[in-house]
Amino acid sequence: MSKRRVVITGLGTINPLANNVSDSWDSLINGVSGIDSITAFDTSELPVTFAGEVKNFDANEYMGKQHARKLDRSGHLSIYATEEALKDAGLDNEERLGPNVGIVFGTGIGGIGATEDAVRTFDERGPSRVNPLAITQLMPNSSTGQVAIKFGIEGPSLTITTACAASANAVGEAKNMIENGIVDMVVTGGTESGTTSMTIAAFAQIRALSTKNDSPQKACKPFDKDRDGFVMGEGSTVLIMESEESAKSRGAEIYGYVSGYGSTTDAYHITAPAEGGAGAVKAMENALKDAGISASDVDYINAHGTSTPANDKNETDAIKTVLGEKAYEVAISSTKSMTGHLLGGGGAFESMVSILSIKHSKVAPTINLNTPDEECDLNYTPNNAVDLEINIAMSNSFGFGGHNAVLVFKKS
Amino acid sequence: MEVNEVFEKVKNLFVEELGIDADKVTMEAKLEEDLEIDSLGIVEVVMAFEDEFEIEIDDEELTDVGTVGQAVNLLHSKL
Repeated sequence: MSKRRVVITGLGTINPLANNVSDSWDSLINGVSGIDSITAFDTSELPVTFAGEVKNFDANEYMGKQHARKLDRSGHLSIYATEEALKDAGLDNEERLGPNVGIVFGTGIGGIGATEDAVRTFDERGPSRVNPLAITQLMPNSSTGQVAIKFGIEGPSLTITTACAASANAVGEAKNMIENGIVDMVVTGGTESGTTSMTIAAFAQIRALSTKNDSPQKACKPFDKDRDGFVMGEGSTVLIMESEESAKSRGAEIYGYVSGYGSTTDAYHITAPAEGGAGAVKAMENALKDAGISASDVDYINAHGTSTPANDKNETDAIKTVLGEKAYEVAISSTKSMTGHLLGGGGAFESMVSILSIKHSKVAPTINLNTPDEECDLNYTPNNAVDLEINIAMSNSFGFGGHNAVLVFKKS
Repeated sequence: MEVNEVFEKVKNLFVEELGIDADKVTMEAKLEEDLEIDSLGIVEVVMAFEDEFEIEIDDEELTDVGTVGQAVNLLHSKL
């Protein structure tokens, strides 16, 4: 039996750049950074004082205080992004999406903010004052459950926590569900809100974060010789994916096809990538094979490109291994240079970027790439967007734990 | 403290702490059906009462509490 083709018919996002898809895209192609000094809490004792925060979003105003209180910020963002995506897909009039719709969400650290708050209360006021909503806010599947309740999604549900690969894995697993006929439609994506004091401190302790506190917008420098770590970001991006037949039968506009998914594990080190990006190579190869294309067919790669010394070098090596000579021609960019690292929400955001790049025939740049690194010598689309007819885009996502998830998107 | 004073304090807690519409909070209002306070929410309400009135409420005391008025009367009896 041949597998069903899977399309994207709706996009929704809230991220450090903007609170909708079109403004996010405008920022991306204009090279605008969404990173700034942290406003959510006092950073005076922290070694890192900046991040990509979502702006102009008040959950109480958006969903009402009574509902907002039940969710962590990562949950608020996921409800918002899902509502946007369903509107975009023309599904906002559905009372309940029902049993033929599934949900697959990714998150790295779930309701970490709620966890921190609850521990603080426990220490300051004792066990009897701990928020009774703490568990339902902090569990990693909180957003999945709350989104399902809000929109009546009754099909299969999964929450994937493969760190920074989580929502790329989510998109891939959603593709599998639809291809195999388990459901016709899946609401998929990811959410993260790790811009909290303890989380920033802990990432800083392992020297994963950039410490360029004096120049937040210029701090995230993927593939640049002076890169010194990633920049924390928050946000949620949701994609409505369905079978081609389902989209056509309801007359939905199709953004493009989710054609390939490769997923591997380094089984090497809990944070460092395997030498030469071995696990990443295999994931890219598997995704190409799944899409039924060869490496030379790829027009654009949305890189994982975190701006850490180790990732960017190993990802570069992996791209060279998979693409051979074509590696020096293919357009590559890291949009994390503008958004920061959305952790478990990154793969879904970058899936959106990939599909919009195809749609608009444009490659968003890697900003802040000024000093070439001899170990990173590919075409990373430095600083300015370029026009390019893109038929096939690939998106790389790699997570702590050694998780690698690669997706391939096609125009037709 | 008079019953109506307790009611005003309770109403204020529901509105300010829990985000419930002020219009909905009457003595007759049912906690679950009218104010959409579910089993998790009840625990929060009790915590808020305990903090506001500096009392302790046992779970058993809540068995017969289904409306705002019943909650107000329980609190009034403990003050």
